[in-house]
Amino acid sequence: MNLFTLLEMAADAMGDRIAISHGEHDMTYAELLIAARRAAAQVHAAGATRLAYLAVNGPAAPVALFGAALAGVPYVPINYRLTDAEIAALLARIPGALLVNDVETPGWASANDGDPGVTLVSVMAFIGETLLHAGDAPDNDRSIAVELFTSGTTGAPKAAILRHDNLMAYILGSVDFMGADEDDAAIVTVPPYHVAGISAVLSSVYAGRRMVQLPAFDPGDWLMLAARHRISNAFLVPTMLQRLVEHLGKTPPDLPALRALAYGGGRMPPAIVERAMELLPRVDFTNAYGLTETSSTIALLDPADHRAARAASDPALRARLGSVGRALPMVDIAIRDEAGAVLPPGEAGLVFVRGDQVAGEYHGLGSLLDSEGWFPTRDRGWMDDAGYLFLDGRADDVIVRGGENISPGEIEAVLSDHPDVRDVAVVAMPDEQWGEAVAAVVVLAPGSTVTEAALQALVRDRLRSSRVPALVRFVEALPYNETGKLLRRVVRDQLA
Amino acid sequence: MSVQYKAGAKLASTVCDGQILVLRVPAVPVDLRIGGAPVALASAVGERTAIDPALSGGIQTGKRYTDEAETMEFLCTKAGAGTISVDGVALGIKAAKALPSSD
Repeated sequence: MNLFTLLEMAADAMGDRIAISHGEHDMTYAELLIAARRAAAQVHAAGATRLAYLAVNGPAAPVALFGAALAGVPYVPINYRLTDAEIAALLARIPGALLVNDVETPGWASANDGDPGVTLVSVMAFIGETLLHAGDAPDNDRSIAVELFTSGTTGAPKAAILRHDNLMAYILGSVDFMGADEDDAAIVTVPPYHVAGISAVLSSVYAGRRMVQLPAFDPGDWLMLAARHRISNAFLVPTMLQRLVEHLGKTPPDLPALRALAYGGGRMPPAIVERAMELLPRVDFTNAYGLTETSSTIALLDPADHRAARAASDPALRARLGSVGRALPMVDIAIRDEAGAVLPPGEAGLVFVRGDQVAGEYHGLGSLLDSEGWFPTRDRGWMDDAGYLFLDGRADDVIVRGGENISPGEIEAVLSDHPDVRDVAVVAMPDEQWGEAVAAVVVLAPGSTVTEAALQALVRDRLRSSRVPALVRFVEALPYNETGKLLRRVVRDQLA
Repeated sequence: MSVQYKAGAKLASTVCDGQILVLRVPAVPVDLRIGGAPVALASAVGERTAIDPALSGGIQTGKRYTDEAETMEFLCTKAGAGTISVDGVALGIKAAKALPSSD
């Protein structure tokens, strides 16, 4: 299997439909297919071993993804927000690549010692190339479709490997071919170097849903574009949804075509989801949980789940608004303890996942799957009786206080319940007596006068005394990366 | 005529426009047909023969076809008038739960 098949099917069955809108320009599926054939021809002409992409989102990104598949080389999108030195270091790891970039004299070219050994092509030249690769895509199911550098929040970025069969399993299992109506359109705001940027392209093409690309998120721009293109679907990371909700609170929405909003990629406070449902009562909300290593989504809280949870009076059912839903039909999820034993519903442990879409491998580290195909996500969590998964932070973020493991998630959930708390991060801080102690960094609503003691009392009321933060620090904002991931290491460093 | 197929192979009907992609096959040779006639490699289809009226229900692009025991699975990449059969038994559409878009 080869991802290029997805585009061939779309071009064959709906060649005249618009695949991509960007600014004033539209590109149909037939045109996207031709452009991908041109991209593959350039890869071959350059003798390249990879096709890398270092630019903001634009039509050239989907072209490069499918062009790389046709040429039989990995597609490697790179984070353009990194520093020149960081970019140079990543490029040195992909020698022999053809690099699509949008800067004439890139700063990274002189950032580190030595030539990174890549061939440059501008976005304009890449899209405008006229030579065509007329052949078939190689039948290379076990070969690499995409390499994604992880964000490196805990060390040097790892190069995660996604093979053609992983991504095909995800798309064939979760998307109906031509399932979108002809006038459906989705805004794509996730960057091309994020796994959600990859899955957005593949899902949209297979469903026949027009992609409207918005390279930089801003709630005002987003709303204007959504109205202008009669957007029906969108995916947002938590910070984007939060900013959109705040914006909508001031300006009533004018989104007659919007049917579905999906969100995911990080912790999403239930209060914001409820507020969004209130502001957009006719919109279907879906929470998606997935990882780079799992070819995107592995669990969903679907629109019916959202409505049932919001209407429920039973606290256990209502709590599901804060869950990431249930495993996709083609995926198994299990909770295990530190020793690997599977835990029953209700007990918190480590989240493991298995399925054809689960890649779980990195360059230089090999596969992390066990002999039965299970991948350790390093996320902590638990499942309720009906299989709804609740996440509880990263295993690496657990606070060890005097030998007791404390998950930041449960303390954050209690503090978030306070009406004046807008955002909160609970992290470990060094402590002479306990080794580590609990610290809470809190963003308050404007004008709030809540004290450290009041928040400590709230935690003491609801949880064991060991969970009470020894320190509560009030800040203006918490540090997030551009895709909504809380940078806990930065929070910890700021406390030190 | 039984042939050992492998996942990823692109096959075409010799009686209609239909094309399929092999997603999963058992590790034994099977007699795979569309519209009653043996399939060919998509890159090597010659002259067309007549469709078997008993196997003319057709296949639809994007649907996955499987046997009752789900030992094999094919993706229709191009629609056609013939029905897929394996060892004389017609394959059905694999029922898939509709999922909301999460991308």
